[in-house]
Amino acid sequence: MIEKSYKKDEWQGALAKLAKESRVIAPVNGGTHSVFKTLEEGDVPDFKSSKTRLSPKSVVFPQSERMFEYSLDEESEENGILKEAKKDYAEKFVAGIRPCDARSFKLVQVNFDTPTYKDPWWINNYESTTFIGQACNKACSTCFCTSTGGSPFGEEGLDVVTVDMGDSFLVKSVTDKGEKLLNTIGGGADATDDMKTKVAELEKAAVASVKSEIKTDNLKELKETDLFEADFWKDTFDGCINCGGCTFSCPTCWCFDIQDEVQKKEGDRIRNWDSCMFPLFTKHGMGHNPRDQKFQRIRQRFMHKLKYYPDKYDKGIMCVGCGRCVEVCPANIDIRRVAELMNNYSK
Amino acid sequence: MVNYTDKIRETAKRLLNDGTVDTFIGYRKGSLPFVNNPAIIHNAEEADELVWDSNCALNLCNYLTNRTDKIGVLATGCNSRNIAMHLKENKIKREQLVIVGVPCTGMVDHRAVKGMVDGEILEVTEAGEEITVKGDDFEKTFKTADVLQTNCQTCAHRNPVIFDELVADEVPELDGVNQYADVEAVEAQSDEEKWQNFENIFESCIRCYACRNACPLCYCPTCFVDESKPQWVGKSTDPTDTMTFHFLRAFHMAGRCTDCGACERACPVDIPLRYLTKKLNKDAKDIYDYESGTNVEDKALLDTYKPTDLNDFIR
Amino acid sequence: MMKSTNVYLPYPVKIEEIIVETVDRGLRTFKFTFLNKEDEEAFAFMPGQFAEISVPGYGEIPIGIASSPTEKGFLYFTVQKVGSVTSYLHNMKEGDILGLRGPLGNYYPWEEMKGKNVVIIGGGCAFSTLRSSIVYMLDPANRSDYGDIDVVYGARSMDHLIYKDEIISWTKRDDINMHITVDAFLKNDVKPEWRCSQGFVPSIVEEKIKTGDNTMAIVCGPPVMIKFTRPILQKIGFTDENIILSLENRMKCGVGMCGRCNCGSKLVCHDGPVFTLAELNEMAADL
Repeated sequence: MIEKSYKKDEWQGALAKLAKESRVIAPVNGGTHSVFKTLEEGDVPDFKSSKTRLSPKSVVFPQSERMFEYSLDEESEENGILKEAKKDYAEKFVAGIRPCDARSFKLVQVNFDTPTYKDPWWINNYESTTFIGQACNKACSTCFCTSTGGSPFGEEGLDVVTVDMGDSFLVKSVTDKGEKLLNTIGGGADATDDMKTKVAELEKAAVASVKSEIKTDNLKELKETDLFEADFWKDTFDGCINCGGCTFSCPTCWCFDIQDEVQKKEGDRIRNWDSCMFPLFTKHGMGHNPRDQKFQRIRQRFMHKLKYYPDKYDKGIMCVGCGRCVEVCPANIDIRRVAELMNNYSK
Repeated sequence: MVNYTDKIRETAKRLLNDGTVDTFIGYRKGSLPFVNNPAIIHNAEEADELVWDSNCALNLCNYLTNRTDKIGVLATGCNSRNIAMHLKENKIKREQLVIVGVPCTGMVDHRAVKGMVDGEILEVTEAGEEITVKGDDFEKTFKTADVLQTNCQTCAHRNPVIFDELVADEVPELDGVNQYADVEAVEAQSDEEKWQNFENIFESCIRCYACRNACPLCYCPTCFVDESKPQWVGKSTDPTDTMTFHFLRAFHMAGRCTDCGACERACPVDIPLRYLTKKLNKDAKDIYDYESGTNVEDKALLDTYKPTDLNDFIR
Repeated sequence: MMKSTNVYLPYPVKIEEIIVETVDRGLRTFKFTFLNKEDEEAFAFMPGQFAEISVPGYGEIPIGIASSPTEKGFLYFTVQKVGSVTSYLHNMKEGDILGLRGPLGNYYPWEEMKGKNVVIIGGGCAFSTLRSSIVYMLDPANRSDYGDIDVVYGARSMDHLIYKDEIISWTKRDDINMHITVDAFLKNDVKPEWRCSQGFVPSIVEEKIKTGDNTMAIVCGPPVMIKFTRPILQKIGFTDENIILSLENRMKCGVGMCGRCNCGSKLVCHDGPVFTLAELNEMAADL
């Protein structure tokens, strides 16, 4: 395990050098908010803003991804035969990712990497990414990571952890991959005991700064069908406009759609993010839609995140407490309020 | 406008209690600064949760579409124009509605305010004509009029154009305001600059359709972007598909949009969506001398033909 | 051609034959053969499972496998024309190439059904996997594993019945009891060569099935048919564990990843589509 300190500009310089040889993805502020993007010449990573508007899930799970390509030329012997689209799985690096987001990949992994089926693109993408995390010294008012099994200084899903100590970063390897990266980067100075003490204090303050919380202790006890029939689903969330804001900004939402797109005699099979909030999500070819009413879709989203997933996987709820859905929702549908209604429910 | 809250609660209670309406649509206080939760309530006890302030920016007319009950609904100037459009387009019947008019001095642009402070805003309070924001280590007060949403800064109809009762006295309309100054600035640009602008603005779109879903005018049972037989627009984030969606949606707003700003408010990635719709509103005014929803009597712009209509494009 | 382990990559198949099942041409049965022998071997399935038929340029559709694993060398799928993919598929010709992904989902509980009587109840076009089941059970290698077999199959009219020739041949067998019914006889219906009742499936079930003792029922059909058949089966004495249902839902990936087809915590494409009624009772399902 390597534990070093780097002066801030030395660390930025190391990342910039890395970005010349490999893909480095970090938060970049575009004006009103930050999003994760591949660093290009001149881009300054934003390690100050607490969370990006959209989660970094698109690094491993792009919003639109080519799966296959095919020819539709009747003269060709390849007509109609699907071929896997070429991908580049050279090692890439995500810097400045927060513990909640890093942890989210572990929650999503159980969906794409199962004993029966494996999603080649998600798995290859995830395994070829090194995650350089940044601990959160201070939580936002909408963060509730500690209620979901995470922590502002959590290391789950990270290969390297950095802590902002003011004028320098403490940089620690968490996995072998992380150690390999730090060896490659070199430089820095050995972390002193004072620094380690300071970091422990920062961690304590960070955890205390998480003011928002949800309780989920009762969810496992409640019967799935009882919670499903609860009255509060019917009209509490009428303000929802059924957009995809929550699902698209959420690091643990993974639903997708598969479509074929054709131009002249060539086609692609692509997948795009989809949302259970969209009315057409469950519409059958015959026209029947089991979730054609708004409250059914809202119920589905929260039952999935807070009941079906924890029951199925025993990894806690399908939420890392990042608070993005709360901030992004135009109608102020707040998952914290929903969790409270669900957890407090009794038949 | 915060002093409207009591009157709104009282009105909602009265209308629900005496059975004039089955449903009342207003706002509850949000769990975050700058956002309120649209509330569709059915009994008078819930009326105590209703509030009004300069963050009631989502268009309540959106929740009226195709309802069959008797509804009391709050309506600012722009929202009331949307109600007028809904009546024209047969999305709701006049007899179903009790329109509770709200003379509006504008909604606060939360993005602008957030950009003017350093740190997370934890609390927003309004008093009189000022708005105060507080964070962990700062407190700043602004004149509400200085931090309004861009559409509210050039608002031509602050008072409701159609209503059954008002919650307060009418407010003076803005005068001397060039509604289309921003559009004129774009019109003066070269084609390359305009295209580059267009590309830049919609680059961050994530196709969440919050803009479309927040818009009261977007009520097609199957939106063109969801149509599959045939499929008009791709569903990926390919820039051409994304720009096509926004372009076509804006055209579907021509002569109907009331510039309420709900689309911009709803966008999770802060896209200035009125960039396109504003231009179409200006065209409707310049070419056809038409402003949407100012009354219930006239027909929608694209439903009418006059022999004097512009026809120099017919060669 | 290399066999890929990519779960989304279809095996290439060729259309050998197209059989138009109904007079309105809305239902066709396709006979597919694999282009590669090793793909056919990899596609070992049991009745109840489905596959995603992949039409390049249009998309994929989840369709129950209508042929039985005892029928070697080909696969049958019966497809109704409802949308863009199925419309294009219906216009394809013998010899055309498309793709197939599968077998997917779980299958009817064949082990549990051994030694028991089997009642098969189907409605309308949802008879594909039931045909697969019947052919499987009637195969000489399997027939003695099961007791009495009763089949109640109903459709709107005689024209809407599928696999007509086979059904006629089964009515002539003595190792299976066929109870065919239609909602109504239409005036230009062909006079049946077999006895065909008139009535809805639930009432025919009530009339013809005497007991639920040591019997398992497989029910496959539109939600309304299941809704009215269920209480009758319970009245006859079937336990909820012995009533087997095959659910439908909109699907895309078919392998339990895209999240679309869930009924409660179960994914219909992966944990289903076969569920017992007892399991369904515990599921928080929008149906």
